[in-house]
Amino acid sequence: MSEVLKQLYSDKYRGPAWLEAFNQQARSQCSELVLPGRKTENWKYTSLRALEMEQYQPLAEKPALVDHDLAHLSIPQLDSIDLVFINGYFEAALSSDLSMLPQGVEICLFSEASTTQQTIILQKLGGAIEQNKHLFACLNSAQLSDGLFVNIGKNCVLPKPLQIVHINTGIDQAYAVNQRLLLVAEQNSEATVVERFLTDDDGPAVFTNGVSEFYVEADARLSHYRLNMEQEEALHIGNISALMQRNAQLNSFSLGLGGKLKRLDLTVEYRGEGAEAKLNGVYLTQNQQHIDYHTCIEHAVAHCTTSEVFRGIVADSSKAVFNGRIHIHRDAQKTLAQLSNKNLLTSNKAEVDTKPELEIYADDVQCAHGATVAQLDDNSMHYLRTRGVSEAEARVMLSFAFINELINDIKLSAIADYLRPELVNMFSTDDGLKRHLL
Amino acid sequence: MLSINNLHAKIDDKLILKELNLQVNAGEVHAIMGPNGSGKSTTGHVLSGRDGYEVVEGSVSFLGKNLLEMDTEERAREGLFLAFQYPVEIPGVSNMEFMKAAVDAVREHRGQEAIDAVSFLKKTREFCKAVNLDQNFLKRGVNEGFSGGEKKRNEILQMMLLEPKLCILDETDSGLDIDALQVVAEGVNSLRSPERSFLIVTHYQRLLDYIEPDFVHVLAGGKIVKSGDKSLALELEEKGYGWIEASLSGAA
Repeated sequence: MSEVLKQLYSDKYRGPAWLEAFNQQARSQCSELVLPGRKTENWKYTSLRALEMEQYQPLAEKPALVDHDLAHLSIPQLDSIDLVFINGYFEAALSSDLSMLPQGVEICLFSEASTTQQTIILQKLGGAIEQNKHLFACLNSAQLSDGLFVNIGKNCVLPKPLQIVHINTGIDQAYAVNQRLLLVAEQNSEATVVERFLTDDDGPAVFTNGVSEFYVEADARLSHYRLNMEQEEALHIGNISALMQRNAQLNSFSLGLGGKLKRLDLTVEYRGEGAEAKLNGVYLTQNQQHIDYHTCIEHAVAHCTTSEVFRGIVADSSKAVFNGRIHIHRDAQKTLAQLSNKNLLTSNKAEVDTKPELEIYADDVQCAHGATVAQLDDNSMHYLRTRGVSEAEARVMLSFAFINELINDIKLSAIADYLRPELVNMFSTDDGLKRHLL
Repeated sequence: MLSINNLHAKIDDKLILKELNLQVNAGEVHAIMGPNGSGKSTTGHVLSGRDGYEVVEGSVSFLGKNLLEMDTEERAREGLFLAFQYPVEIPGVSNMEFMKAAVDAVREHRGQEAIDAVSFLKKTREFCKAVNLDQNFLKRGVNEGFSGGEKKRNEILQMMLLEPKLCILDETDSGLDIDALQVVAEGVNSLRSPERSFLIVTHYQRLLDYIEPDFVHVLAGGKIVKSGDKSLALELEEKGYGWIEASLSGAA
């Protein structure tokens, strides 16, 4: 095990006894894994050096709740069930009252799970991820002391979106947060889950290792928002995996704002026919930031449909990596899969490494993929200017337009309304240049 | 209004405009006709300040100012409007946002009071009706998925909103059916005034049935080779551009 891994890895086990066997198994798996380097294909364009720059150690105990106003971090129009985690620890006082949940909906911390819930958790946990391929997910399992369990019962509809907010704030030294979500959407259930990752103004040096597992059972419908909006100092390596049963539907939107190191792996595996996933994503990087999205769709069975659109705007000396893999297995006939990744470079020093990766073993499928890297379109620029719009304003309008289609496509209008100004503000500090977008 | 003197312009080292001279006074409607490749569209591009078109000789004065020294947006704000032959599709920018940005920029430059959102919407809807464009087009991306005719009507809509002093219509009639042609012509005619001039670039005489020009010029080989009144357009329609070329080579 490398020095960095040793550092991230805490021997001290603090979780409930019933999780210990799970933990132990991951631990032995972990000890065989090495830190990926340039020669590891999946990490070719993303260096983990940022992890070595600080001592990211798990917090020994729950820190005192910082006494400052977090209200500005909320999404104004979103009527949701809120669960707030600060520095990895659940804050009941800032969260919604869970006693009012409708029957069939269960939400609890692993540490507070009933024996029945413990059984389900142990049955499912880690089952949606190939841990031997995902070192950090494995590391997450090895150190897991607590997590969030959500179960939407058969035919149940979650009445409001569930918003899980992870705020990292107020810690002076570098630290690590191990975050885990396990969600089961049982047959014909419906839920919307918003996962937001934030840091507060001072931008602590935190490394989040996040793992979210989704079991979308037959005919269930899950909408998932993954908003990684931490500031530059925060490191985030996240793994989001969904297992889809017959006719299950997943509608997912990812947003990634750059940081020193952000890496998100999204995996969808179809286990039942007729399932559908729509994955949209937007990433924006500035300064020296780095972001990396690796998506992998496993079409293991026939008649499933994937539509995936990711767009990125890469500015200054920042770097974005996108790898979109679609693996169509031999039996996955009648698969429909579409993947598009477009990137806008707004500086000569910006870099994008994009790779659509189609592996097709079935013969009766329809697949399309495309990746582009370009600068702002001269024709559009000229057209706006012939109408009197200044070059500077045209630049802001056209840059935002590049991602605006995906923002407009967001189903939850409260999220779209919240993100629009947040994102517009990234293109200019001059209000005059943004006035027609806000 | 517009005075083009001895204009020579090239693109990619190819000289397209050679000794172009044209005088447009306030309130006049000029038609520029000519065969393909004669420099018709280039004239519009050069006047709008498009990148890649280089003026190598000559001058253009617009309302007494040196047009060639102005940025593209400055020309627009000063009152020059180019209706594109191929209007650009811009997904992600709504037509409404786009037009408000344009109108605000132009009004600000002219020292006019900013127009509030409600009045702007009202005005835009009114003009939509005038050019027979459904209001839903305001919410869509700029020209996104518009048909050829819808794009051209959208150009006229912008022209109405921006109240330019000189309107250049670059083959606005191309690809239009007769109904759309009439709509476009009505839009143009409604804007005609003693203070406003038009430069109508077209390949065919058809549009000029609806927009009656004061002068018709024939552009060939990058210069105006013949000028006349509207009857010249009819003569061209009848005899074709070959007639001009033949009479020119005969004269030489």
